[in-house]
Amino acid sequence: MIKVEHLVKTFGTTKAVNDISFEVNEGENMVLLGTSGCGKTTTLKMLNRLIEPDSGKIAINGENILEQPPELLRRSIGYVLQNNGLFPHYTVAENIAIVPNLLKWDKAKTQNRINELLEKLHLTKDHLTAYPNELSGGQQQRIGLARALVADPPVLLMDEPFGALDNVTRSKIHGEFKALDELKRKTIIMVTHDVQEAFELADRIALMDKGKIVQIGSPADLLFNPVNSFVSSFLKEQRLQLEFKTIKLIDIWEHLPDSGKKINTSLLSAQLDVWEALENFKFYSKENLNIINRQNKEVKSTTFDQLMAAFSQYKNQQPHE
Amino acid sequence: MNEHQQTLWEFMQQQADKLGMQTLQHIGLTFISLFIAVLIGLPLGIYITRKKQFSGFVLGIAGILQTIPSIALLGFMIPVLGIGAKPAIVALLLYALLPIIRNTYTGITGVDAAVKEAAIAMGMNKWQVLFKVELPLAMPVILAGIRTATVINVGVATLASYIAAGGLGEFIFGGISLNNTNMILAGAIPAALLAIIFDFLLSLVQKLNFKKIKGAVRIAPVLLILLSGLYFIPSAYGGKLTAGFTPEFMGRQDGNLGLISKYGLKIHTIVISDAVMYKAAQEKELDVISGYSTDGRLKAYNLVVLDDDKKIFPPYYAAPVVREDALRKFPELEKTLNLLSGTINDSVMTELNYKTDYLHQTPERVAKDFLVAKKLFKPERGGNEGVVRIGSKIFGEQYILVSMYTMLIKGYTNYNVATKTGLGGTKIVFDAMTNDQIDVYPEYTGTGLLAILQAPTKTVTALQVSKDSTYNYVQKEFLKRYQIKWLKPIGFNNAYALMMRQKQANELHIKTISDLKGFLEKK
Repeated sequence: MIKVEHLVKTFGTTKAVNDISFEVNEGENMVLLGTSGCGKTTTLKMLNRLIEPDSGKIAINGENILEQPPELLRRSIGYVLQNNGLFPHYTVAENIAIVPNLLKWDKAKTQNRINELLEKLHLTKDHLTAYPNELSGGQQQRIGLARALVADPPVLLMDEPFGALDNVTRSKIHGEFKALDELKRKTIIMVTHDVQEAFELADRIALMDKGKIVQIGSPADLLFNPVNSFVSSFLKEQRLQLEFKTIKLIDIWEHLPDSGKKINTSLLSAQLDVWEALENFKFYSKENLNIINRQNKEVKSTTFDQLMAAFSQYKNQQPHE
Repeated sequence: MNEHQQTLWEFMQQQADKLGMQTLQHIGLTFISLFIAVLIGLPLGIYITRKKQFSGFVLGIAGILQTIPSIALLGFMIPVLGIGAKPAIVALLLYALLPIIRNTYTGITGVDAAVKEAAIAMGMNKWQVLFKVELPLAMPVILAGIRTATVINVGVATLASYIAAGGLGEFIFGGISLNNTNMILAGAIPAALLAIIFDFLLSLVQKLNFKKIKGAVRIAPVLLILLSGLYFIPSAYGGKLTAGFTPEFMGRQDGNLGLISKYGLKIHTIVISDAVMYKAAQEKELDVISGYSTDGRLKAYNLVVLDDDKKIFPPYYAAPVVREDALRKFPELEKTLNLLSGTINDSVMTELNYKTDYLHQTPERVAKDFLVAKKLFKPERGGNEGVVRIGSKIFGEQYILVSMYTMLIKGYTNYNVATKTGLGGTKIVFDAMTNDQIDVYPEYTGTGLLAILQAPTKTVTALQVSKDSTYNYVQKEFLKRYQIKWLKPIGFNNAYALMMRQKQANELHIKTISDLKGFLEKK
């Protein structure tokens, strides 16, 4: 879907982006992760030509975007900014309608699309006539997302989209983000410096440092097969939580004992990660969780201690970092 | 004497037509220049946000323009654009440029970078970014600049009357020249009110919510053009010949009022400052001007004085006037100042004026050359027995006389001298004297009679018979009313005169003011 080859961008004497290549598949959520100044935002902004690369190739659906008129290119790529970048002199409705107006949609079509998005993003019609400064940070960020999604672009670029939000609002929006069906069809490239966020939302992560991609792979790859000490030390502080969130129940299925009584009500899906399973324990002794593996219709019942034991057995089997 | 002191209100009622016309001209001038300044300043301001390397240069030039004194700027305009509305509008728009360019630049560079980035990332082209995002968001700042420019323009537009562009300055400067406080206020108060009203109205515009009134942006230029059009309403008249009279001449019984009442002269007249009048006559912008009979430019520009066959211009013999207490304080002073008496006649004074006005010699040099030639010059004694303060009005002849008096006092007495030259018109220099700011200045009998004493018409007519009767009358009245003494006349008579270009006067066979009237009435 998106193919980036040997991309280079130099500011003055510093190589902000130094010979980067990667591919993003259709419908995939790729997160560019790294500290400030690692080149992740520069990389992102070259994808819609807010920054022009010095050299290298970028193709979307096989077409070289560097040969397309930038305005037309950008109208087909959604863009979400950290500080939302909503126009303060436009109402919410006008803000969302920017791209449809550029594309000369008729009014009814724009209106229908706005209404559809409002519902999906848990906003009401009262918000439409408001100005951005009358809304909360979380609401503003949802409007920013609606603005990027309104013309249904196949590609969405997000530059630290949740960076300006407080933790409570952020985790709420993370939940909505994952649940939003509009986004499931999209190829998304997201920039963040927040390791938790990257692990929670990414299909694949490109960990960047000093203008280069250090490692690109699934969250589990980065966690259990780091290519060097930079990767492992980058993840070190939040390692346990990341592991809980990365390993799914199905991964440790073979280590789970099949004991206790099987109750056919309130079954947990084996597709959940360990962290979500842990959240389901109410922490009284002798409590069992019932988990269903939908592939073979098998149900296992397990206690907290048994779950932890299975988790550590699974980990011990992984190659050592 | 005036039996009845005219109130400001009566003056304004009496002059309502003129006041209305001047106000319209004033508004018109302000907004024509403002409109053009916006047309130039706004794109220029936008341009330098795109090419930042030019911003320092452009803002620097606009800043320098702002610092040029307004009168000087108007003066620079004459050779290029002549007199009248054109140079005035150009000068005004140059003053209005800086606030408009600077605020446009500041406003646009101040737009939130994230908003601009979003606009580009949505797929807007550069014009869409400018008109849909940058300009609307910068509008309050840009309007603040236009507001500043408007207030500056209302103020500077008063000076437009110096170059015959009309406006409320006609009353203000006429009033200063004529020692007529009512006239000054009749110009100054409306001008101040205009500034306050426009400032207030624009402050309301600034607070408008542009999000809601998008049409306002389209109405603004139309409104500006309408207001600009006001300038042209009063000037829809013309004539065979054009006269340019100073504001002072316009309001004087021995000036335009006399021309109308005694000669019945009706001529298309514009008001203009003395400084540019002669040049405008030479360049055929004007045909008839009100000058002074000893002016050096008369000779320089080949102008000829029309004979005052009905004797409306009273004699203007020059003599130093001195505060009585200064004469007591400096016993040698009177004797020294009188050294000059009888040494300069009309043609000598014209010659001396010619040297400063046209040959551009300094007044000091002209004065010294003259004193040396007359064997009156003595080197400075460097005395320190007190300081004599000498004032002058703001034209060359007065500077020469002041230089001569300075040299005489320093050479013949032990007093030192402080000069306060360039004190504007009669009112300013005379007020300086009555308020004990100066001790001596050269004055003219006619000015004393009409502008300062404001003698009634009957007295003026009676005195016009001879130069001595006028001198005696003003000497007596000045002593009585102001404790100021007229010393002996210097000799020359710098009376008002109507003058024309020599060539044109010959062609039209105009030798006297009556001839001029005859020519104008011929269909």
